[in-house]
Amino acid sequence: MSLQPDSTPDTDTGTFNNQEHPKTNNLFKESFLRILKSKTSVIGLCIIIILLLTALLAPLIATHSPTDQSIVNRYQPPSVDHWLGTDELGRDIFSRIVFGTRISIQIGVIAVGISMIVGVTLGSIAGYFGRWIDMIIMRVIDIMLAFPSVLLAIALVTILGPSLRNAMIAVGIVGVPQFARLVRSSVLSVKETEYIEASKAIGARNLRTLFGHILPNCLAPIIVQMTLGIGTAILDAAGLSFLGLGAQPPTPEWGAMLSDGRAALQNAPWVVAFPGVAIFLFVLGFNLFGDGLRDALDPKLKD
Amino acid sequence: MTPLLEVNHLKKHFPLKNQELFSREKPVLKAVDGISLSVNTGETLGLVGESGCGKSTAGRLMLKLLEPTEGEIYFKGQDITSVQGEQLRKLRQDMQIIFQDPYASLNPRKTIEKTIMEPMKIFNVPKSERQKKLDHLLDVVGLSPQHKERYPHEFSGGQRQRIGIARALALDPELVICDEPVSALDVSIQAQVINLMEELQDEFNLTYVFIAHDLSVVYHISDRVAVMYLGELVEIGDVHEVYNNPQHPYTQALLSAVPEANPDHERERILLTGDLPSPANPPTGCKFHTRCPIAQNICHAEAPRYKRVSENGQMAACHFAKEVVAQGT
Repeated sequence: MSLQPDSTPDTDTGTFNNQEHPKTNNLFKESFLRILKSKTSVIGLCIIIILLLTALLAPLIATHSPTDQSIVNRYQPPSVDHWLGTDELGRDIFSRIVFGTRISIQIGVIAVGISMIVGVTLGSIAGYFGRWIDMIIMRVIDIMLAFPSVLLAIALVTILGPSLRNAMIAVGIVGVPQFARLVRSSVLSVKETEYIEASKAIGARNLRTLFGHILPNCLAPIIVQMTLGIGTAILDAAGLSFLGLGAQPPTPEWGAMLSDGRAALQNAPWVVAFPGVAIFLFVLGFNLFGDGLRDALDPKLKD
Repeated sequence: MTPLLEVNHLKKHFPLKNQELFSREKPVLKAVDGISLSVNTGETLGLVGESGCGKSTAGRLMLKLLEPTEGEIYFKGQDITSVQGEQLRKLRQDMQIIFQDPYASLNPRKTIEKTIMEPMKIFNVPKSERQKKLDHLLDVVGLSPQHKERYPHEFSGGQRQRIGIARALALDPELVICDEPVSALDVSIQAQVINLMEELQDEFNLTYVFIAHDLSVVYHISDRVAVMYLGELVEIGDVHEVYNNPQHPYTQALLSAVPEANPDHERERILLTGDLPSPANPPTGCKFHTRCPIAQNICHAEAPRYKRVSENGQMAACHFAKEVVAQGT
């Protein structure tokens, strides 16, 4: 029976890699099918897909340039030419929202990426090594949690200087505590399982145990937190831009658009309303999908 | 001949959290409270006792998966009690463990190929050799090579335990601690796994410390047996001697509870009264006196010493065990 693998050692490893993927996919396929069963998360998924397509195809969808000004056409109500009207500088709001999708997705992904990398690292170190390391890391996290998140983000941007990049960094840092606490608690529970003891028994070093055995078993809550975190990140970043601490003009960022239009709220409500709706849809989409994902990945629901 | 593994007065006390304010004494749970035994190369030592008597803790102490509070551990004549870090990691090649729960002891996110290969990867076994070794291991534990890309959840309990065994044998260890390896399996599967373990012992020249609470399983596989009660050894000796002629009242009670196949055989059942005392607050003197059918005043006051109760080295810790004077001493 040992003849078969010996005769073709190279192709054997090749087929192993090929066959591994469907197996890993099976786990995700299973959860994906479970997501499709819930109507709300399907709605969330649809919104996300539409937003992604919009961001990808922005130049094709937009009817005007997002930054071209036309003073003659300022504060135009929605019409055939300007689907969602124009703002104080006569820019087409529909086109600005379409291009703003790119910025919002960028903010969401980068900010959550920062939170995830820093939070997972801190949380897993705290949970795995325990003792004084845990004590120090978690007290720092507690201090961060003591500030309201927007306030902390404002403080950070004030230190770093207002710009879209710094807003993303600030929103990312503000999201760290959620990840750190979540990962720490998952690591604590996985750490006690027998297969972690087994990895110790076969002589695995700490890093191998942590990254090879513990973290892969904490993936589900991390993925859920990332999806839910994108919505919050967008909201926080829009808040910063609204205050003039994030995206700078003429960047078509939704929060900044809200801020620009608020002076004319009574005469030209569409300037504020449509970016608001865009933010609302974006956050709603990710939250619905994140909730569905959490339910689908919850091990208690598995048979 | 130096024994493969020897432990002397091994103790493990777990600190308990609920310490009273201002009290000086820290409450501890005495999971293992001074056991001494030795395991010779190639033999199987059965370690039995009821739940919570410290069997598993003792097994983990021998492997240094837990740090002993007191006592010494010698492996191949070398003191490994205070070995740490990289040196301890090297030692892991020679001593392995098979876990009780085959559902919990395999990482659900790793294919069985990765699981069995991992110890070889850690100890830098050349790649070509790894593949060969993997196929050989799968073969000896009775799994098919096409199983290797599957995940643990696709296997039954017995198959998983075979995977656990293959992982433990991947580095050709000398000592394998078997922590109740069959108690989570169906009876029919138990026999298969036990027989497999016996075959592997011959093929790989293994020494087993076999932890179990099933006395008939231990009788079947062990050469010698050690009986534990509340963190202490109460009796140790050749398995036939201990089973046929138990000297400690606790061993007698345990053995009288083993069901017999012959319905006509009238047997005297020794029923123990009371519960197992808490290892956080064990009784004074002989720890067994609270439940012992033959306890006297001396048992409250004085802990019994180990008495040699047979010519072949059977030892029992009871005030009333008959001592045999060894010839020539």
